[in-house]
Amino acid sequence: MLETLVQGVLLGGLYTLFALGQSLMFGVMRLTNTAQGDFIILGAFAVIAGVSLTGDVAPWLVALAVLPVAFGFGYALQRYVLNGTLGKDPLPSLVVTFGLSIVIQNLLLELFSADPRAIETGGLNTQGIALGDAMSLGVLPLIVLAIAVAATGSLQWLFARTALGRSFRAVSDDREIAELMGLNAKKVYALATAIAFVLIAIAGALQGMRTTVSPSDGPLLLLFAFEAVIIGGMGSFWGTLAGAMILGVTQQIGFRLDPGWGIWFGHIVFLIVLVLRPQGLFPKTRG
Amino acid sequence: MGARQRYHSNAACPHPNPPPEGEGAKTMTALLDTHALKAFYGDAQALFGIDFSLTQGELVAIIGANGAGKSTFLKSLTGLVRAPGEAIRFKGEPIGGLPPGDIVRRGLAMVPEGRRLFPSLSVEENLLMGATAARKGPWNLQRLYALFPILAEKRHQPGTSLSGGQQQMVALGRALMSNPEVLLCDELSLGLAPIVIREIYAAMPAITAEGMTVVIVEQDVTMARQVSRRIYCFQEGRVSLEGNSADLTREQISQAYFGMEAAHA
Repeated sequence: MLETLVQGVLLGGLYTLFALGQSLMFGVMRLTNTAQGDFIILGAFAVIAGVSLTGDVAPWLVALAVLPVAFGFGYALQRYVLNGTLGKDPLPSLVVTFGLSIVIQNLLLELFSADPRAIETGGLNTQGIALGDAMSLGVLPLIVLAIAVAATGSLQWLFARTALGRSFRAVSDDREIAELMGLNAKKVYALATAIAFVLIAIAGALQGMRTTVSPSDGPLLLLFAFEAVIIGGMGSFWGTLAGAMILGVTQQIGFRLDPGWGIWFGHIVFLIVLVLRPQGLFPKTRG
Repeated sequence: MGARQRYHSNAACPHPNPPPEGEGAKTMTALLDTHALKAFYGDAQALFGIDFSLTQGELVAIIGANGAGKSTFLKSLTGLVRAPGEAIRFKGEPIGGLPPGDIVRRGLAMVPEGRRLFPSLSVEENLLMGATAARKGPWNLQRLYALFPILAEKRHQPGTSLSGGQQQMVALGRALMSNPEVLLCDELSLGLAPIVIREIYAAMPAITAEGMTVVIVEQDVTMARQVSRRIYCFQEGRVSLEGNSADLTREQISQAYFGMEAAHA
């Protein structure tokens, strides 16, 4: 039982990284990025391509090099594409990101074929630390969890303590008044998406190291990200982390009962939360 | 302050040079003026040609019934409602239709109707948002906390957890933080008790002391007459009366305020 719980928390760490970018973009500009999962897979393939192009360079170095590219890509995407879809009507942004999702899937299919691939980590993904006789913790999942907690803490700090975070909250609260104060909401949005895409690239690189990825994986990752955000509530990044943990543990319990039940169990918990507490477990407290 | 004293001492001594040519003309030129300003909300026209002018350092009140176009007028000045470029001139330059951020950086700040504090920001963070435009001037956190000590006490609380009057102080302070040349206040007294309204207006002399030009939109006509030098009365998107606050009679104001039929009622 304890092992199931621990494995669930480790899985939750991965889901946290899937979900943070989604949570950030929704929090700042009420934009639901339905291509979130595909961008994660795109990030994984960017690292795979980088490793094969550079030959000898260590995959984590390639992953680090991808992060600033992701930042710039996210900034440009928001500035020149997604800003045009924002407004009272949520439909345009949904349609555009849905379209991007299809484009990315087919692009990856064209470039890399449908074969599953992985980022070669030199055996890191199979190393484990034995705890007693019964339990062994994977080194890579522990690293993923550590990065997830660090990313959540950093985002929370950024939002609560920095001038940029203050701008994020201000445009989210009242865009018109924020602009009256002299903020350029479009630039603030672009920075939010840029940061979200760094998180997406991190998630993609770790997903590619942990398991295999193929061009059609995106929608399932989106679903996990979405479920984590909804379960946690839109209020804080710690809420997103908690939602991801709940999803991870539930899936792990399901897997334990029957290998076919894991993901299904996660969906059930998601639906229960949606029915009983649609605002999520940790909604934002506002005056 | 220092600059002004130097100016006075210069003026006092017999001047070797004749006063500059532009001096007289300069004082005549309006700091801000609008000419035949029209504004629309979608298809509905809200302003039908407003002529308005403001001289450096004066406090002008705009009064008028609900829907007379007072708030729309302030929103046009600050860029929240679209306006034709040449219809609004600030320091001689057309500013109509500029984005709100450019207008606040030029020195026009607004306290919006209903305060509109950022709910997820603390009192101090709300005030700091006002400093986004980063203009130089006397107003900073320290100065504001001296003017409204209660805000210093509650600086870390969410802005929206404060009482209505205190929230209005935050909204006023937030606009001052941009160090504007013209401060536009939309209904400072909205929803506040009379004693609280007096408390807020008690801060006005400290604000205007340094030559700040202020426009207040006010439903409370008595208060508007007390604090202002000049009054504009709006009615159905037009200026129905304009004059020195001290010269206008109650009858003139109520006629301009309510229109012809209501004056008999």
